[in-house]
Amino acid sequence: MTDALAKSWRGWLFPLAVLAASEIWFLFNPILSDTLAPPSRIVLGAVDIVTDGTFLRTTYQTLFAAAAGLLIGMIAGTAGGVLIGLMRTADRLSSWSVEMLRPIPSVALIPLSLLTFGYGYRMEYAVVAWATFWPFLILTQHALKQIDVRLIEVSKLMGFGIFSRIFKIMLPAAAPRLFTALRLAVGLSLVVSVTVEIAANPQGLGYGLMVAQESLRPDRMFALLIWVGILGWAINYFLVRIEGRLFAHRTPGLMADA
Amino acid sequence: MIRFRITDIVLGVGGLIALLLLWHLVTALELISRVFLPSPAATIAALEWGLVNGDLLPQTLATVNRMVQGWLLASFVAIAIGSLIGVSAVARAYIQPTLEFLRPLPASAIIPVAISIFGLNATMVLGVVVFGAVWPTLLGTIHGFAHVEPRLVEVSRLLQMSRWEFIYKIGLPNAVPDILAGMRLSLTVALILAVVGELLTAQEGLGTAVLHAARSYRAADLYAGILLLGMIGLVSNYGLAIADKRILAWKS
Repeated sequence: MTDALAKSWRGWLFPLAVLAASEIWFLFNPILSDTLAPPSRIVLGAVDIVTDGTFLRTTYQTLFAAAAGLLIGMIAGTAGGVLIGLMRTADRLSSWSVEMLRPIPSVALIPLSLLTFGYGYRMEYAVVAWATFWPFLILTQHALKQIDVRLIEVSKLMGFGIFSRIFKIMLPAAAPRLFTALRLAVGLSLVVSVTVEIAANPQGLGYGLMVAQESLRPDRMFALLIWVGILGWAINYFLVRIEGRLFAHRTPGLMADA
Repeated sequence: MIRFRITDIVLGVGGLIALLLLWHLVTALELISRVFLPSPAATIAALEWGLVNGDLLPQTLATVNRMVQGWLLASFVAIAIGSLIGVSAVARAYIQPTLEFLRPLPASAIIPVAISIFGLNATMVLGVVVFGAVWPTLLGTIHGFAHVEPRLVEVSRLLQMSRWEFIYKIGLPNAVPDILAGMRLSLTVALILAVVGELLTAQEGLGTAVLHAARSYRAADLYAGILLLGMIGLVSNYGLAIADKRILAWKS
C-alpha cells in the first residue's frame, strides 16, 4: 500500500513540475498568449467550455460517432473473422485481398467518405468502421485458431449445428482474445473519430479543438486537449480492469501474451 | 502474411481477381453511382495517367519523403530519450506514468497546438508526424531497457561499466526487438499523420491530391490516390518486416 502510494506520488511529480514551470515561464513571457496558455488560464478555459455547453455537446458527438462506427466495424469484422477463421478456403481466397486492403490508412478514406456522405455522423461512422474492421477481422481469426481442437470435436460429437457451435462453443472459448480485440478497437475508434473531426468533419471534440485554435483561445484548446487525453486514458484503464476481472481467472497466461 | 505455396497463391490471386470482377460488375450495372465508385478500369487508367503524365509520382514521393523524414527523426529522438529514461529506474518511476497517460492521446489532437505554434505549413506537418511517431518507439525502448536480464545488469556492475557503456553494450542490443516493434508501429502512425497534415495544409502530397480529387468529383483520381497510399503502407510494412527478420536473425 505504501509502496503503491510512493509510486503514484512519484508519477505525479513530473507533470506537476512541468505545469509549475510553464506557469512561471508565462509570468515572464506573456507575449505568446494568443497561441499558448498557462495552466491557470487553462483551468478557466475548462470552466468556460463546461458552462457554455461545448464540453458536453462535443464529447457526446465524438463518443457517439466512435461507438456507432465501432459497432459497424465490430459486427462486420467479427463476422468476417469467423468466416476466415473457420473455413480454410475462405481464408486462402481472401488472404491476398486482405493484405492489399488492410494497409490503406483510414485517413485516406476521409475525402472519399466526405464525397459519399457529406458532413455529419455518417462519414465519421464509415471511416471509424473501416479502421476498426481490420483488428476485429484479424484478431477474431487468430482467436478461433487458438481454440482447443478437443472443444470443437466435443461439440461435433454432441451433434451441435454450425450456429450453436459458433455461438455456444467457439465465441465463448475465444472470448478473452475477442475482448482484447475490442479494447484495442475502442482506443482506435476514439483516435480515428477525433482525427476525422480535426481533418474534415465539423463536429465533436476534434472540431472543438480546431475552433478553439482558430478563434485564438489557447485556454479552451488546451482544456479540450487535456480532456481528450483523460478520455482516452480512462476508457483504456477501465477496459483493462474489466478484462482482468472477466478473464484473468480463466486463462492465467492471457495477460502475458495479450 | 501472404503465404508462398502454389495453391495458396492461386487461391489468393483468384480471390483478388474475383473481388476486382465484383467491383467491375457493381460499376457496370451502376448499382452504385460512378460519382462515388468508378470502374476498376477507370481507376487503373487514372493511376497510369497520373503516374506517367500527371503529378501522382511527385506527390507520392512528397508523402513518402514526409513520412520517412518524420519517422527517422522520431526514431532517433525516441531511442535517445528512451535509453536515458529506460536505463534509470528512478527516471522510469518519475516519468513513465506521464508517458503512459499521454500514449492513448490521439496524436492528431496535437495538430491544433502545432498550428498555433508553427502555422499551416510543412514544418507543422513534420512536427506532428514526429510527435505522433515518437510514442511507440519511445515506449518500446523504455520497455526493452526495463526488461534487461537481471544477471546482465549484475555482470555490468561487476565489470564496473559506466552508464554509457551499459546503454550501448547491454541496454540497446537487448532492447532491439522492442525498438524494432515500436518503429514498425511508428511508421504506420507517420503515414497517417503525414496524410492528415496534408489534408489540412494543402502541402504537396497524396493527401492533398485525394482531397482535391474528391472536391472536384474526380472519383477515378480519388481511388488512384487511395490505392497509392495503400501501396505505400503495404511496401513499408513488408520492407520493415524483412528488415526485422534480417536484424533479429542473430537472436534465434
